[in-house]
Order: sequence, then C-alpha cells, then structure tokens
Amino acid sequence: GPLSERRLMDVRLGELPAWLATCDLSPQGLLGGVQKAWSSYYDKYINVKRGGPAGISMLLAGYCLLSYGWNYQHISKISFLASV
Amino acid sequence: VLHTTRPLHTTQQCSAPLPPLPEKGGEVRYGLIPEEFFQFLYPKTGVTGPYMLGTGLLLYLLSKEIYVVNHETVAAACILTVIIYGVKKYGSDVAAFADKLNEEKVAKALAVKNEAIKDLETAIEQEKKEQWRVEGRSYLFDAKRNNIAMLLETNYRERLLTVYNEVKKRLDYQVAMQNLKRQKEQDHMIQWVEKNVVQSITPQQQKESIAKCILDLKALSKSAQAAV
Repeated sequence: GPLSERRLMDVRLGELPAWLATCDLSPQGLLGGVQKAWSSYYDKYINVKRGGPAGISMLLAGYCLLSYGWNYQHISKISFLASV
Repeated sequence: VLHTTRPLHTTQQCSAPLPPLPEKGGEVRYGLIPEEFFQFLYPKTGVTGPYMLGTGLLLYLLSKEIYVVNHETVAAACILTVIIYGVKKYGSDVAAFADKLNEEKVAKALAVKNEAIKDLETAIEQEKKEQWRVEGRSYLFDAKRNNIAMLLETNYRERLLTVYNEVKKRLDYQVAMQNLKRQKEQDHMIQWVEKNVVQSITPQQQKESIAKCILDLKALSKSAQAAV
C-alpha cells in the first residue's frame, strides 16, 4: 500500500528516509506513537492469561542496556588504582 | 501504566462480547529474545544464525572494551544467578496462585451473572402468570354485575313494600273513620230514641202496661202449668 500507512517492519531499507518524512513528528504524534508501541507490547507479552517471566524481563533488560549506555562515559574512565 | 489496550468502538457495533484474553504471551527464547528474531534470521542463516550473531557480538563488545568488565559485572552475574534460580524453583507455584486468584474473580462474576439471569427468569414466569390471570377478568366482571343487579332488585322491592304499606295505612284510616262515624251516629240515635220513648211513657200508661203484663204472665203460667 501507500508508504505512509505501512508499519515500520514492512518498510524496506531504501525507503526508510521517505517513510520517516511521512510520519507525524509533532508532540501529539510522538506521544501517540509511543502509546501505540506500548499498547502493542503490553497486549502481546503482559496482558495474557498465563504469562511468564518474559514480559517484565525484557523491560528490565532494556532498562539495563539503556542505563549502561547513559553511564558509558563514566564507566569507561576506570581509575588505575581500582583495577589493580 | 497505560490501559488503552483494546481499541473499543472503532469497528462497527457488534454485539458479541469482548474477545477473550490470549492464553499465552508471545514466544520468547531464554526469557529475553522474542522468537520473531530467530524466525527473521532463519531464511538467510538457518538455525544457528542468531547464536553466531550473539557470540560474535559479545566477543566484539568485550574485545573492544565497549562492555567494560568491572565489579558491576560480578554483581550482575550473582544477581542473575539468584534470580534465575528463584524463578526456576518457585515459578510454577506463583503461577498456580495467580491462576487461582483469577479463577475466583471469574467465578464471582459468573455467579453474579447467573444470579441476574435467575432473577430475570423468575420475573418472566411471574409476568406470564399475571398474564394468565388477566384472562379471568370476564368472570370477575360477571360476578360484579350480578351483585349490582341483586342490590338494585332488593332496593326496588324494599321501596315497593314501603309504598304498599303507606297506601294501606292511609286507606285503613279512612275506613276506620267511616266506621267510627257510623257507630257514633247509631249510638246517638239509639240514645235519642230511648230517651224519647221513656219520656213519652206517661205514668198512667205505665200502670196499664204493668197490669196487662201481669195478666199475660198469669195466663202464660197457667198454660205452662197445663203443659207440664
């Protein structure tokens, strides 16, 4: 179908800039996008009858990676004395 | 936590209830990586592709010191061990407990629904009974009509009797009046005749009549004695 209505997974690599241009980047649009993403994740992994550890473990892992990325500058400057 | 999970009222109005919750969540391998990733790489790299990717990525991060091995790594390893041990050992028990809670909630809701259905059914039966009762209306009205007719009849007859009694009383009065008048006239006339007769008997006539009576009596007594 037309470019603007396809989801991210169905967009080919070469069309990515064009697809980014069509999407709604205002605050409401971004908020809507975030809401949709969270609701699809919630429906798939958490809001089920018999879920497992997968739902929150993926969230925690993502949080770990994100906080590692934020603190990378500080972590990479290991002082010499501590490593001995 | 946002609860706008299921978009309601976006499609046409359909009266079926909400679709039930899915039984199991999306498939996740090793608790961290969704199954879709493995399926995504399967056509190009086969089964071992994602594992090779993971190993290569890990070695690259370690060797280039993008992932720094320090005290935090040890701490993370210990925490992960404890968590995985706990989940493996007590996971099923916690799941059973949560399932029981869910069951109770669903059972309560079902009980409420069944109660409501039962109450409505009894209401329907009572309504039908009332409708059946309505058919007896005609008998009720017939009985009432009969009652009223009887009342009217008795009332009419009572009044008729009253009229008859009143008329009889007036007629009796008239008759009594006439009788009284005649009697009084008779009495008065007799008295008047007796008075006049007594007045007209002079003393001489009285003596003559007494002598005649004595003679008659003697004659009679003689004839009577002769008869005996």
